[in-house]
Amino acid sequence: MVENRRWLTVLTHAILLMGVLVLAFPIWVAFVASTHQLQTLLQPPMPLLPGGHFFENYYKALTEGARAVGAPVWLMMANSLVMALGITFGKIVISMLAAFAIVYFRFRFRIFFFWMIFITLMLPVEVRILPTYKVVSDLGMLDNYFGLTIPLIASATATFLFRQFFMTVPDELSEAARVDGAGPMRFFKDILFPMSRTNIAALFVILFIYGWNQYLWPLLITTDESMYTMLIGINRMLAVGDDQAEWHIIMATTMLAMLPPVAVVVLMQKLFVQGMTETEK
Amino acid sequence: MAGGPHPLLGSSVEKRVTFNNRVLPYLLVAPQIAVTLVFFIWPASQAVFQSVLIQDAFGLSTRFAWFDNFIYLFDNAEYLQSMKVTAVFSIAVALLALVSALFLAVQADRVIKGATTYKTLLIWPYAVAPAVAGVLFLFLFNPNVGLLVYALRAVGYGWNHALNGDQAMGLVIVAAAWRQISYNFLFFLAGLQAIPKSLIEAAAIDGAGSVRRFWTIVFPLLTPTSFFLLVMNIVYAFFETFGIIHQVTKGGPAGSTNILVYNVFRDGFLGLDLGGSAAQSVVLMVIVISLTVIQFRYIERRVNY
Repeated sequence: MVENRRWLTVLTHAILLMGVLVLAFPIWVAFVASTHQLQTLLQPPMPLLPGGHFFENYYKALTEGARAVGAPVWLMMANSLVMALGITFGKIVISMLAAFAIVYFRFRFRIFFFWMIFITLMLPVEVRILPTYKVVSDLGMLDNYFGLTIPLIASATATFLFRQFFMTVPDELSEAARVDGAGPMRFFKDILFPMSRTNIAALFVILFIYGWNQYLWPLLITTDESMYTMLIGINRMLAVGDDQAEWHIIMATTMLAMLPPVAVVVLMQKLFVQGMTETEK
Repeated sequence: MAGGPHPLLGSSVEKRVTFNNRVLPYLLVAPQIAVTLVFFIWPASQAVFQSVLIQDAFGLSTRFAWFDNFIYLFDNAEYLQSMKVTAVFSIAVALLALVSALFLAVQADRVIKGATTYKTLLIWPYAVAPAVAGVLFLFLFNPNVGLLVYALRAVGYGWNHALNGDQAMGLVIVAAAWRQISYNFLFFLAGLQAIPKSLIEAAAIDGAGSVRRFWTIVFPLLTPTSFFLLVMNIVYAFFETFGIIHQVTKGGPAGSTNILVYNVFRDGFLGLDLGGSAAQSVVLMVIVISLTVIQFRYIERRVNY
């Protein structure tokens, strides 16, 4: 700070704290609601401090779920986890291989393939809902893990990132590998892959959040309750029509749905920031 | 590929040392290309193809219709309303999220101790899914049990976003911006920290106060970041907020929060209007392509810090 006035410093901290509190307020209310009985929540105003039903509510959510949905939340969590990890690993693997081919080989249609991958950036699910649904349904991929992951694993961003990184790897390394008689896959496995670890970790953080937070796609292709992800489960718990929504269970499920991605961001902040700034370049 | 910098591959020099193998590179790109072809290119071309066809109600016969689907679309009051709603929604989300984030980032840049702590405390909402952000705000503003509805009523303001279109719009804007503030904050803070402190000090010595310094030095230097974020925020509001709309308002009441992406879902997936939904998909594709072009043309100039 250029001016060093005491009141200004205090004011700055006060504003920042206000910002933090305003941003955290919705989550705090959700947490508090997840620790009270439904009866308490139905008589506004609800309390602002946690109640004594934390274990009861979370236990009920995890093992039984809400009345409106036949699946327990632990199953939805497992589905979300499979989907998030499937998308993350799938994207990393196929993008790394494609980038390796594009950087380290000269072959016909190389640039054409690169453009094709680039085009996926401009075709989010939102712009091709019906025809993509039809393809997936024709392939028998509705209501299973293949359908939840494979259609989402093409990634221009990850391919670009790996390509950019491979370009910075000194030519001497591949030259040396060639002189020593190591084949391309050996070079990939023993040199390129270990060197890419930080990039992979940063991508992992970003892609895990992306995968865990998918909503439209699972909404389209899952109808079987045992295949619901967390976010779809919450949506179904809210759709009770004239019945009373079970807010205490819904809020406990919401807290559980936020936990993995928020934990990833907070615990791996450095990688998260690196991933964010790199994937947006 | 010989000669000159490639428009997409950039000006970085290509590898001099490459491996020779006739089959391997094709095997390596095959998985990515297969997924791209089957789940991206094929469905997208289907959408383009269907957008010029009209199918009868039973799906028995199909005829080529030139641009009838598009003419019908742009004649349709509901679709025009949806375009207007999308414009209002995305501009409001972008402005709210950008202004709040810039304000917080300027404060965080000013503190010497604890800037990292504030960063940690401010960026995590980004990890919350839009669909979850929607549920959080739905609970706060639920007409029966919502805490903030109770507070608003206490000061004499009645709230029911299920009946009042303006309130519904306000609610989805706030929910969408809440999550995006973190994203913008991160980039604004990085931009601010990259501005040389000597510049600011020189201006201070010349007698420029902090407000004047902000508008004449800091803000102009942040223009590239701001523009980049503006584009990203519009993309976010257009294409990533489906979860918020679907959880909170389902496009209602009376279409007042029916953004384009929600409309295409409703007409196509729920209403099963094949040609109409395909035409809407094509309109959305044109929008994404334009936004991507803006983003990519711009990115080269962004690298100046």
